[in-house]
Amino acid sequence: MDILFTGLLLGGTYALIAMGLNLQYGMARIMNLANGEFLVAGGFAAFWFFTAAGVSPLLTVFVVAPLAFAANWLIYVVFLRPLVRRAKSHGQLEVDAILTTFGLAFVLVGLKLAFFGGDYFSYSYLARPVTFIGETYALNRVVAFVAAVIICGGLWLWLNTTRAGISIRAIAVAPDSARLVGINVTRLSALAFALGGAVTAVGGALVSTFLTLDASTGVLFTLKALIIVIMGGVGDVRGTIVAALMLGILETFVATVFDPGLTLAAAYLLFVLILLFRPQGLFGRRQA
Amino acid sequence: MKRRTLFALTTAAAIALGAPLAAQETLKIGAVGPKTGPLAGGAAVTFWPNVQLWANDVNAGGGIDVGGTKYMVEIIEYDDQTNPGETIKAVQRLATQDEADFILAPYGTGLNIASAPIFERYGYPMVTHTAISDQIEDLSGKFPNMYFLLGGATGLAGGVVDVLNQMRDAGEIGNTVAMVNVADAFGIELAEVARPQFAEAGFEIVYDTSYPLGTQDLSPVINGAKDSNPDAFVAWSYPPDTFALTEQAQIAGLAPKAFYTAVATAFPAYAGRFGAAAEGVLGAGGVFADGEAFKEYAARHEEVTGAKPDFWASAPAYASFQILQQAIEGAGTLDKAAVAEYIGANSFETVIGTVDWDENNSNAEYWTVGQWQGGVFKGVASTGREGAVPAVPKSGWE
Repeated sequence: MDILFTGLLLGGTYALIAMGLNLQYGMARIMNLANGEFLVAGGFAAFWFFTAAGVSPLLTVFVVAPLAFAANWLIYVVFLRPLVRRAKSHGQLEVDAILTTFGLAFVLVGLKLAFFGGDYFSYSYLARPVTFIGETYALNRVVAFVAAVIICGGLWLWLNTTRAGISIRAIAVAPDSARLVGINVTRLSALAFALGGAVTAVGGALVSTFLTLDASTGVLFTLKALIIVIMGGVGDVRGTIVAALMLGILETFVATVFDPGLTLAAAYLLFVLILLFRPQGLFGRRQA
Repeated sequence: MKRRTLFALTTAAAIALGAPLAAQETLKIGAVGPKTGPLAGGAAVTFWPNVQLWANDVNAGGGIDVGGTKYMVEIIEYDDQTNPGETIKAVQRLATQDEADFILAPYGTGLNIASAPIFERYGYPMVTHTAISDQIEDLSGKFPNMYFLLGGATGLAGGVVDVLNQMRDAGEIGNTVAMVNVADAFGIELAEVARPQFAEAGFEIVYDTSYPLGTQDLSPVINGAKDSNPDAFVAWSYPPDTFALTEQAQIAGLAPKAFYTAVATAFPAYAGRFGAAAEGVLGAGGVFADGEAFKEYAARHEEVTGAKPDFWASAPAYASFQILQQAIEGAGTLDKAAVAEYIGANSFETVIGTVDWDENNSNAEYWTVGQWQGGVFKGVASTGREGAVPAVPKSGWE
């Protein structure tokens, strides 16, 4: 029981880290290597508001989300839309996007260093125990988990019930056909990309309540998110959630029952197994 | 593409701190360290502010006196991205292209060891401030111009064993120790040298595990340690996990009378984050916190850089620059070989007190364990420094 709940909490953290990238890679078709930088920026905003003015990170997210949305919209329109326009194939877009966002990641790290310095963003928020069926859990992790449930649930509903959401899913499945049925691919791709950035930054603000970040930790989160998105299946919200929870429970199980030193090995073993037996990811579609 | 981006960034970093006083005679001093990458957070507390402070102090004091001529110092900075390959390239570039007169030792054990051969090849004296290793004898044999200020792994672990021993003799703790380490060079080496020392001192290690660097949830580690119900908890940890282990221990209610975490426990951010709960936490390092020399240094550090120094390697970092400065003045020349020789042949008065070299060019007297007491991280054990205060048992997290 303890393993299950601790694992679920960790899985919720992973879902927060990965959900934004899934929107950007799965829906907007941009492999954004600068994704983690927005997570760190969100974490920094939470840290700064909390230490300077005592504002709860749970309120900061309402400032962070629109800012990150606007910044990512701009990035998409200025840097990435030209790439989408000139790309002759999906493969070419992928390569171009990786190179561009890789460079962008360096620029963002440099900017963060210049503005915030290289020190750790370390603060204590809701670091209190909560007891549930005889075991104690950290309140800040529980809060982040609840937020992850709300964000993922909201995204799922939005993608499945609204016109814009369904259109975005259509783009994820078949960008060329989507255009034929009158979907504004350019505009909705930008929307999906910007939304992904906002979700990532909000996730960053939430995880910064229990993880210690600094200006250059972004790439670690990009990598973790990438693994989860690929395990779950590119372009599927359910896949990312299931993969994140699986990873969280597996790591906690291995750390508790066997040895904490084996968690990385177990995580990568799971990754390799999924790639071997379902190369398109748990919920992914085979490329037509 | 990648290379060009990296190059542009390092160049930008290099010109960030340009020459403040170009009209006079200047010495070019190279500084290489992480501004990005895993060690950037530590370097931003311990290394870079001291580079700034030292340059400021030297220039405000009229410069370095070399045989009657005063030289201002100009710092040339490079970001090595916590990548040993980049450290080597940056040192090489400083030696050949920038023609730096002297180069400050880099930050961190691995990066120092990686670049030692390059310092040696170009003849630069290398006074390390943040290199902890038990290979000091081997290293100083290979690289005669390499000096060590922060001590060795055996001494650092031995300090912890001594402190726990004293607490046990005083009847404050019992016999059992839970020990965890980060699965990285520092953590593995410390855990390896600590195990036999604990056994020899008659301690029983009831929980012993490692966790990967960058682990996002350390609650299984803390829960495992708690289930073993130890009298003392010892973690050979790095900065992000030092914070995470402490927070998780609070949440899980792991509250032994002796709680030790390694790197970053001495950072001001540690007390800033945990407040009163930090009281009684033991950690790597320590300083003579009540000594006038440290107080005066800490005040100047805060005034010039806007940040507080840490209570471990900050002062030794500054001291290593002082040693270089005193050696240049003492030798009265800019000849690197003569300066290196002067360093080895003399002892130095620095912010951490007198520095004497042992047979391995290592500072024989260094701090090993400190403890948060009354909001200050005070040295409680050292290999001969004065000013240690007795360690007190920790009473919970409240």
